[in-house]
Amino acid sequence: MKAILTLDNLASGLVTTIWTPVFVAIFLAIIAYALWPRNKAAFDEAAHLPLREE
Amino acid sequence: MSQPSISKSMTSGESGLAVVFAVTAFLCVIASAKALDAPFAFHAALSAAASLAAVFCIINRYLDRPAALPPAEINGRPNYNMGPIKFSSVMAMFWGIAGFLVGLIIASQLAWPALNFDLPWTSFGRLRPLHTSAVIFAFGGNVLIATSFYVVQKTCRVRLAGDLAPWFVVVGYNFFILIAGTGYLLGVTQSKEYAEPEWYSDLWLTIVWVTYLLVFLATIIKRKEPHIFVANWFYLAFIVTIAVLHLGNNPALPVSVFGSKSYIAWGGIQDAMFQWWYGHNAVGFFLTAGFLAIMYYFIPKRAERPIYSYRLSIIHFWALIFLYIWAGPHHLHYTALPDWTQTLGMTFSIMLWMPSWGGMINGLMTLSGAWDKLRTDPVLRMLVVSVAFYGMSTFEGPMMSIKVVNSLSHYTDWTIGHVHSGALGWVGFVSFGALYCLVPWIWNRKGLYSLKLVNWHFWIATLGIVLYISAMWVSGILQGLMWRAYTSLGFLEYSFIETVEAMHPFYIIRAAGGGLFLIGALIMAYNLWMTVRVGEQEVQMPVALQPAE
Repeated sequence: MKAILTLDNLASGLVTTIWTPVFVAIFLAIIAYALWPRNKAAFDEAAHLPLREE
Repeated sequence: MSQPSISKSMTSGESGLAVVFAVTAFLCVIASAKALDAPFAFHAALSAAASLAAVFCIINRYLDRPAALPPAEINGRPNYNMGPIKFSSVMAMFWGIAGFLVGLIIASQLAWPALNFDLPWTSFGRLRPLHTSAVIFAFGGNVLIATSFYVVQKTCRVRLAGDLAPWFVVVGYNFFILIAGTGYLLGVTQSKEYAEPEWYSDLWLTIVWVTYLLVFLATIIKRKEPHIFVANWFYLAFIVTIAVLHLGNNPALPVSVFGSKSYIAWGGIQDAMFQWWYGHNAVGFFLTAGFLAIMYYFIPKRAERPIYSYRLSIIHFWALIFLYIWAGPHHLHYTALPDWTQTLGMTFSIMLWMPSWGGMINGLMTLSGAWDKLRTDPVLRMLVVSVAFYGMSTFEGPMMSIKVVNSLSHYTDWTIGHVHSGALGWVGFVSFGALYCLVPWIWNRKGLYSLKLVNWHFWIATLGIVLYISAMWVSGILQGLMWRAYTSLGFLEYSFIETVEAMHPFYIIRAAGGGLFLIGALIMAYNLWMTVRVGEQEVQMPVALQPAE
């Protein structure tokens, strides 16, 4: 059967495809969060967490 | 024992759980009587006995304990709950030796088939899942539960959530192993690799695993440390994903509620895809994420150095989470799985190189400034070599997922070699290292009984691994090349039995390597036993001086 572009399969196509850009965007946001200069001090402290427990 | 100043009564958890187990015992007796097959009757009877034992233990524990439950803090310091961790550590060592031994037996059966004794219970087909489940789920699982309960308490600076729940998790999980393992020997299997246990064991594991998740989450929620340490993220990913994988791969309809046989809901290629989505992510989230959590806590702790790059650990974590889940189709190259799905699996497997090596570099570089400790501390050496093996097997894995490489390697011993460089070198060594650290800590010992014995363990086991994986590389590539060799007339050059014959010497070398690995583990068990028995007590914190009430 020939694929016909309807509003219906356009919507379902969007729903199944949208995750790729969404996940990429989330991942990029995570990288930005990890590398953000202002977070550096907090992360450096977290790196010491196993060493300063009681 | 001190007189309780408040009136003592059972908590709702204690009474509730006792009632639930009493009812379970009753139902299991009925199931045993009405069973359609002997293994099911045996398992129902075993479950009835275990349920009664649970009721007895809960009541006995209640009678022995003081009126108040253990405090969350003593003198402003967290009152860590070490009991369930001790239990899981002991079980890990026990199942490890059992699993390595069964591995040695089946390796020897492949070299000398007469060793299956022509009995159904000792045939390769039944012992192989016993080996894989014992080493992955019983040994590895207990190491993960023990270390996760330890790390989450220490890095959240709070006592483990729940009173009976942590005990329910550790004992319940080991009971699952018992049911699964005895089931394999009796021929009970749903024939899904690494997911062989039948429907009733699966249901039980679901209950145990959800409790595990709740205990872990509740501990994180009540944490005193504002930041959630990266190891806890890895543990959480491991627990959540294993729950999802288990539920996705195992929906089955039992033929009867009184019989062991069931049929999986999925059919055909969907079943295959579900199976390897499960199978590969068991590698990704059980054997990788969980043990990376161990790496991120135990290596800094043992080296007394901070994590090399905490930023990298965050990126490492999320990259692994986003990529791993797609890699499963590489187990189904050149099958009925759609070609695009195979290529997708291959692509994501290759992309996994980056987070894997990022993690490896982060683990290794944590030693910067402390490299000299590798000479003097064999435990740290074990941990670091495990990370090197992690790097090696996560280089090899993506390479083998490339379709043209896979056309040579798939179904050959190369796969077995690859799995074991990861399992023995990475998972095994990081677990040994963690247990060598953990046992003196939780039993309040100054150190291990003997570092010299750790050194012996390290070298014997390393030699074993080298023999194992190099034998399997040669055997696997030989096997793959012989299978695809054609004569000038277009006939297959070798019959199947000729390829089997060619592998014989390598099977003997592999068994020897496995034997060395087992000897190393026996040395370790002795060392840990002596550490607990005769090890010097660590100077106690003033906990013992606490007034009783």
